[in-house]
Amino acid sequence: MSEPEADAVFHALADTTRRDIVRRAIRREQSISSLAERYTMSFAAVQKHVAVLERSTLVVKERRGKEQIVRANLDTLRRATRLLDEFEAIWRDRVVRIDALLAEEASGATTAPSTESER
Amino acid sequence: MPVISTDKDTDALTLTFVAEFDADVERIWQLWSDPRQLERWWGPPTWPATFTQHDVVVGGESRYFMSGPEGEKSRGWWRMTAVEAPTYLAFDDGFAHDDDTPNDAMPVIHGSVRIEDVDGRTRMTTVNRFESVDQMDQLIQMGMAEGMGLAMGQIDDILAA
Repeated sequence: MSEPEADAVFHALADTTRRDIVRRAIRREQSISSLAERYTMSFAAVQKHVAVLERSTLVVKERRGKEQIVRANLDTLRRATRLLDEFEAIWRDRVVRIDALLAEEASGATTAPSTESER
Repeated sequence: MPVISTDKDTDALTLTFVAEFDADVERIWQLWSDPRQLERWWGPPTWPATFTQHDVVVGGESRYFMSGPEGEKSRGWWRMTAVEAPTYLAFDDGFAHDDDTPNDAMPVIHGSVRIEDVDGRTRMTTVNRFESVDQMDQLIQMGMAEGMGLAMGQIDDILAA
């Protein structure tokens, strides 16, 4: 996680309401209207808190019919990134092997062209 | 390094990998279409792949196994979903039982490769799409041996140098 990303996460979690929203969203997905009913603030204020959390990628928001649904995203994002890194490493190694194969063939073709047809 | 770029889309669970080689399009296509060529690079040296079937036509299937250092075998299958020789191939890649029948309980990766000429070199763009993060996790768990083998192979190379 980069410094600006870390800043966004810590800023997002520096507020009591936002921490509460994250805790609830981790347990199960929440609609913004159901969250608004729990707090003594306006729907718009809750929306602003969710927008901060969304920017920090701690939650994702999606529209489902008339409802806006908030889901915790921390674990998913972290895992997805790590896993894609691993597959990237597999492909890097494959490309290195292809390159070696092509290089070997190029040098083989100049030193022993007669064996080429037997491969 | 022939790797040009990689792109990881965590929302779409897609890995796009671009490399360029000093070879023509037909030659790079052979790396995918000729099973003897494919098995020289698909698996790492410690887990080499052997393709026992490889039908590169739409709907055609492949069977392969990867042999581990302890003699263990990990079996897999491909099913071609698009073939436009020599420039495009799309396939599903999954695990197989010991009798080579597809194991439907295991994850399937949706893979594709595009091969194109770019100023006399050949660009190879591979795309891997996964169905879920859990599936990716399962694949990495399964492939852990492969990854380990890789690291060990590299250590061997260093020791031999």
